[in-house]
Amino acid sequence: MTEAAVGSDEPLLARLRSGEEAAFVELVDRHGPALHRVARMYCTASVAEEVVQETWIGVLNGLDRFEGRASLRTWIFRILANIARTRGEREHRQIPFSAFADPSADAGPAVDPERFNPPGTEWGNHWISHPRHWDEVPEVVTESAETLDVARRAIDTLPPAQREVITLRDVEGWSSDEVCESLGLSAVNQRVLLHRARSRVRAALEQHLETHR
Amino acid sequence: MTAPHATPAPMDCREFVEIVSEYIEAALAETERLRTEAHLAGCAGCRAYLDQMQRTITLLRRVADGDPEATAHRATLVEVFRAWRASRDTS
Repeated sequence: MTEAAVGSDEPLLARLRSGEEAAFVELVDRHGPALHRVARMYCTASVAEEVVQETWIGVLNGLDRFEGRASLRTWIFRILANIARTRGEREHRQIPFSAFADPSADAGPAVDPERFNPPGTEWGNHWISHPRHWDEVPEVVTESAETLDVARRAIDTLPPAQREVITLRDVEGWSSDEVCESLGLSAVNQRVLLHRARSRVRAALEQHLETHR
Repeated sequence: MTAPHATPAPMDCREFVEIVSEYIEAALAETERLRTEAHLAGCAGCRAYLDQMQRTITLLRRVADGDPEATAHRATLVEVFRAWRASRDTS
């Protein structure tokens, strides 16, 4: 979803309030797929379906109370997150909750320290051997469904708070302000979680692409 | 004694990989950004790393494409909408 598309939610709001079905369908088409993906971070696929439906009921019932302080999109996703977290708890799944996540937890380095010369030596803390340029990997590999799957699996194995942030920022393409607002995060914590998440996904891709020399 | 405008210590690669996201997000303070760019200018390894990170972000945008499970069940939701509108109009 692009920034421009976010703004265009607002005219829909008036049409929706007046009970126009087409406006609702438009909103569902626009946000439905992303709602599903985010719901699946919290619950199993079958429950996610119900969570999305409950979210839309919540949106419709809350329309009169929506004051437009947040964007319509972040408001819808906050409703989703609340419902999904409650349902996920009942399913005893590990619940992402970035707002309570301590970003200093899981503070492993972005790159294995073994890849750098030891501190205090000549070229200490510099690469022992340079990362490879992915230009050298055939495009058919970097663009393959298999490579995308590696990224998907890497996201699935992230700690929940990191998964939440990278999904909204990089997969769904939200701005950092929207992510902070939806998840109740400070700008700094959002950046730390995003950094760790991206570093891990990059490492997984690097490992995968290494096999295609 | 430290000079009032001492040149900041040069960056090493291990530091670079920890601030790369902030660099991409343009969230670094001016002096840090300049330190980063000075390091990048002289380090092919970190330029390759930056490129990998940027390509990772580009690739992540495609993760959502062709997600088979993410199809909204529009017909059910339209029923939900009609029920909501009917109950609102009668209340």
